[in-house]
Amino acid sequence: MKKILIIGAGSAIAEAAARQWAAQGHSLYLLARNEERLGAMAADLKVRGAAVAAFGVLDVNQFERHAAAIDAAVAALSGLDTVLIAHGTLGDQKHCEKDVAATLQELNTNALSVISMLTLLANRFEAQRYGTLAVIGSVAGDRGRQSNYVYGTAKGAVTIFLQGLRNRLQPAGVQVLTIKPGFVDTPMTASFKKGPLWATPEAVAASIVSAVEKRRDVLYTPWFWLGIMTLIKLVPERVFKKLKL
Amino acid sequence: MTLIEGWGRYPRQEAQVLLPMSPGQCAQAVREATSASLIARGQGRAYGDSALAEQVLAMRQMDHFLSFDPATGLLRCAAGLTLDTILQVCVPQGWFPPVTPGTRFVTVGGAIASDVHGKNHHLDGTFSAHVRELDILLGNGERVIASPTQNAELFHATCGGMGLTGVILTATLQLKAVKSSDVIETTLKTPNLESALEAFEEHQGSTYSVAWIDCLARGASLGRSLLMLGEHAQDGALQAPPNKALPVPLDLPPGLMNRASVQAFNALYYHRVQRRRSTRRIPYTPFFYPLDALSNWNRLYGKPGFLQYQFVLPKQAGVSGMRAVLDAIAASGRGSFLAVLKAFGPANANYLSFPTEGYTLALDFKVEPAVFELCEHLDRIVLHHGGRLYLAKDARMSAETFRQSYPRWQEFEQVRVRWHAHGHYASTQSRRLGLL
Repeated sequence: MKKILIIGAGSAIAEAAARQWAAQGHSLYLLARNEERLGAMAADLKVRGAAVAAFGVLDVNQFERHAAAIDAAVAALSGLDTVLIAHGTLGDQKHCEKDVAATLQELNTNALSVISMLTLLANRFEAQRYGTLAVIGSVAGDRGRQSNYVYGTAKGAVTIFLQGLRNRLQPAGVQVLTIKPGFVDTPMTASFKKGPLWATPEAVAASIVSAVEKRRDVLYTPWFWLGIMTLIKLVPERVFKKLKL
Repeated sequence: MTLIEGWGRYPRQEAQVLLPMSPGQCAQAVREATSASLIARGQGRAYGDSALAEQVLAMRQMDHFLSFDPATGLLRCAAGLTLDTILQVCVPQGWFPPVTPGTRFVTVGGAIASDVHGKNHHLDGTFSAHVRELDILLGNGERVIASPTQNAELFHATCGGMGLTGVILTATLQLKAVKSSDVIETTLKTPNLESALEAFEEHQGSTYSVAWIDCLARGASLGRSLLMLGEHAQDGALQAPPNKALPVPLDLPPGLMNRASVQAFNALYYHRVQRRRSTRRIPYTPFFYPLDALSNWNRLYGKPGFLQYQFVLPKQAGVSGMRAVLDAIAASGRGSFLAVLKAFGPANANYLSFPTEGYTLALDFKVEPAVFELCEHLDRIVLHHGGRLYLAKDARMSAETFRQSYPRWQEFEQVRVRWHAHGHYASTQSRRLGLL
């Protein structure tokens, strides 16, 4: 049975994954901001079959609390072998363009807090010589576009950090999984108009649970985003810069 | 603003959809409401405008089990949890919803607010008969517990109260023990209305009973039906079948549902069953939820949507009342693909619950101008026989019809006053029905 820590457990994708892991009987520890919701989520996971379902309250932008939060999870789970990092905000790109503080806040939440967590967790897993680090990036991190390049920058930074980490942790037998979802119908994207490319959190979560099982390195989800992003990355910059994307 | 609709896709309305993540955020949303027309919304399975309002509290993120005791079947959950999820988790442990409507994609909160019934109403009553306790968010932002013994008037107004007393946050339910996830289904062919109603009487000991009725057959065949009886199997596996619904990928052209196609479908459906009596063992999904096999069957009626007309007639109105309604429908030629007939047991103590001892019939009509006149005509027949319409299906009845057929509406309003609902909770339906 796995001992799974979920950081940013309030995200729709994270909750869907937690429910699938709970149904398989694994132990789960949740970190998020909303204590009332965390209580309900933990109770829910227990009914669905989780061997352990516990939680801690954490705002990921309080970097100084990261180490203690991880220690509390390890204590509650009596060990740790799988981590899903799922937190993130989809900031207002237009607002960020006018406001340096807003831009830096987005980078803190979506990149630096993830890198801080990963640094602590990588050392722990390298020392114990097993474990899985699964991190939700985004297809937005594959190429900068005018419509959301602040978010994309943060996700791109995480992607490169994970590449390096995967390379470093390979000898220790630690799996590093970069998850790149496309459009997912979640509360974070509630205001967007939905189309045929949109996926449910449950479908994305199922692909994550399976990719962890298969020890994959990179997961585009749903699968067709690999094709879409491969094409988008192929467009020469002198053409790309003229596109309205 | 978002364009929202009920399951019948009529009417549609622009609304501000709020997405609370916790009871605390619900209370905050109610305190900060910018409109006096605010209503909770579950999966949007009420057919008409019950869950439409200027501001809508979408409860879909509050879908948590809070506790479940597999020894006793007592379940406590957040109101946004669906019966589908309860089935997935609880059937393998030998527990089944005590009452279930014809779709499993409803929330517990919606089932309570509509006080839904199932094929076992004659024996087990409505959904709320199995609710032990509710946690309700009042219009003033306070949370109170209501049960049949604590704040009982609030409990009885909330069960069947269409969300108009407050937001149901959590519910405690008693599930029903089952030994198998299969159902033994017996189908009886009844050649006309009299024999269908007699068959209901004769089989009132069956746990589940419901009839599909051919509402376009006339003359001697008026009311010919297939009566389906069901019992939970006593042995075999306990498993929740995976959800593999086929989508209806587009709105069908509204002209597809016409007199000829509906008549042909109904005749085929009736004659498909050869023997007068047949029995088979099937999983619970096709028995309870045949329409859930198509994930968007409401698109079959095309973009204009459809009205579902469900009424109940008291037992004494019996055959003659039902015959009067069926005659009017058959004469109009506006038949329904699936018309469902069911015998109800006694009414309960809730102020606005729909069921009362007698017979209920549910029909679909494609939305087109003439259908509203037909429904007005049917309303008069139903009122004449002392019947009423189901609020969870209604999109069009008048305030006068509502007041005549729901005689406790003023008591209901008084309870709403005492529990601070007025000025906070209202739906497009409640405004239409003349509730404050």
